[in-house]
Amino acid sequence: MSGAILSISRLSAVSDRDQAPILHEVALTVERGETRGLVGESGAGKSTIGKAILGILPRAVRVTSGEVLFQGEDLLKMPAERRRRLVGEQIALIPQDPMTALNPGRRIEGQLTDGLRLWRGLDARGARKIALKLLDEVHIRDPERVLRSFPHQLSGGMRQRVLIAAAFALDPKLIVADEPTTALDVTVQKQILRLIRNLQSAHGTSVIFVTHDLGVVAQICDSVTLLFSGRVVEEGRTGDLLQRPQHPYTRALLDACPRYDRPDVGLKPIPEDLIARLRSEAAA
Amino acid sequence: MVDAIAGAAPSRHGFAALQACLRDPKVAAGGCFILFLLVLALGAPWMAPKDPLEQDILLGATPPFWQAGAEPGHWLGTDDLGRDALSRVIYGSRVALTVAFVASSLAAALGAVLGLLAGWYRGVVDATISRLVEIWMAFPPVLLSILLVAVIGAGVGSVIAAIAIIDWTRFCRVVRAETINQAGADYVTAARAIGFSRLRILTQEIFPNVFPVLIALVSLEMGIAVIVEAILSFVGLSVSSDTPTWGAMIAQGRQLMHQGWWILAAPLMMLFLTVLAFNLLGEGLRRALDPVMRR
Repeated sequence: MSGAILSISRLSAVSDRDQAPILHEVALTVERGETRGLVGESGAGKSTIGKAILGILPRAVRVTSGEVLFQGEDLLKMPAERRRRLVGEQIALIPQDPMTALNPGRRIEGQLTDGLRLWRGLDARGARKIALKLLDEVHIRDPERVLRSFPHQLSGGMRQRVLIAAAFALDPKLIVADEPTTALDVTVQKQILRLIRNLQSAHGTSVIFVTHDLGVVAQICDSVTLLFSGRVVEEGRTGDLLQRPQHPYTRALLDACPRYDRPDVGLKPIPEDLIARLRSEAAA
Repeated sequence: MVDAIAGAAPSRHGFAALQACLRDPKVAAGGCFILFLLVLALGAPWMAPKDPLEQDILLGATPPFWQAGAEPGHWLGTDDLGRDALSRVIYGSRVALTVAFVASSLAAALGAVLGLLAGWYRGVVDATISRLVEIWMAFPPVLLSILLVAVIGAGVGSVIAAIAIIDWTRFCRVVRAETINQAGADYVTAARAIGFSRLRILTQEIFPNVFPVLIALVSLEMGIAVIVEAILSFVGLSVSSDTPTWGAMIAQGRQLMHQGWWILAAPLMMLFLTVLAFNLLGEGLRRALDPVMRR
């Protein structure tokens, strides 16, 4: 346990409007330097966990119990001001949609250096130097020009690179990647995954990788936590979980994935009675 | 510069859209007329051929230059007191534009601040401001403005105050809606994750993206302000009678309709063109900047 950068236990959250449960006693551990996949279908609560860590839950969601230990300190019990600084400096977000995750009215330079200026107290010149280095790290050619650009002048893949550069700007301990490749097409997706992987090992960063795509999990994650309706269904090392799934839902999910190596198998939908059983278990 | 970057997206936003819409003929026409009016108002002492207040009873109600009996030097004729109609129309633009710019800006500032707060902080703040807007909008605006001016006294200042106090609700509603819209965007989530304070996100991230919509609305509001000022002048609640205004000229011309239609026609035409110009400009800006209509 000593190697864990983040350790969540018994985290529960409800919708403020109708008290409907969103997360139920979720446990999640991220070791130093590892990539932990957080997998589930829409509404399983995977993004909610990411937002709870960053302290940016929407108003309609309320955490009812549990703890989120970041380097041994409970983020949920921390004074708001201290949390804002700690999270701002040491935990970064790679948002889902590169088309809307950059402010359309501001140049890239300002947005890329926001964190550096806010928390490192750098002036525009010092921040610019680091920004150029960061853009070089994410393999953007002509970084000077990109810094001067507005987001609408860049392609989706370029924007995602900029967002990744921004996430690594403060050399954070932990990055929450919220489906960073979902909005991209498959060829770009592969490049972006490789980029995150390389930067992560170069910086020794831990990553929580939120996704619904088991193919992506197989490529990038060291370990996986599988969620269904706000509960942890199964978790383990990626290889073990994908090859020897224990839980019937995990097995069903794997059967529902296309296998390029075994075209003869075909796709099987997740059995409805299994879904119904899981739902009734969650409701109980 | 744009082309050099791989896969440059064609979508425009904010100030890029603002630049692009200047090529729209309607926006250009409206903008040019407003500019012309601005030059007229600022340069009135040099542009006006006569003193707008100089009376000459012997030259009362002379027709414009193309009609028989026109007096040389009085291009658009004179009113019943022999005052030069052209000069009075030119001087009248001063009050119209002053009211248009100042009242709209004040209404916009008041409405935008309240709309931003309501849309960003939601909850009690939003509920309070929204109820206030609903109550406010239930009053008939023209009656309310006449009442207001009657209470605080006539004058340009009162007209401006009346317009700002009544019309801030238009801005408040639109700005609130646009703020809610922007607050849901991922870039706001990203800014929160970096650790910016809520106030800073509102002023530095969200407001610049709401601003273009606000600009379009201000332009439309200027047209409304010009009309309201004319109405208040018409009923004698605007500036004192020794300052020429279009509304007062229309009121005067109405009584002299049968002696000389041109006394009524000149200020009416100016009023019409001014409001039309502001509307063309505002409509074009709105079309270019409104995120819903842009698609």
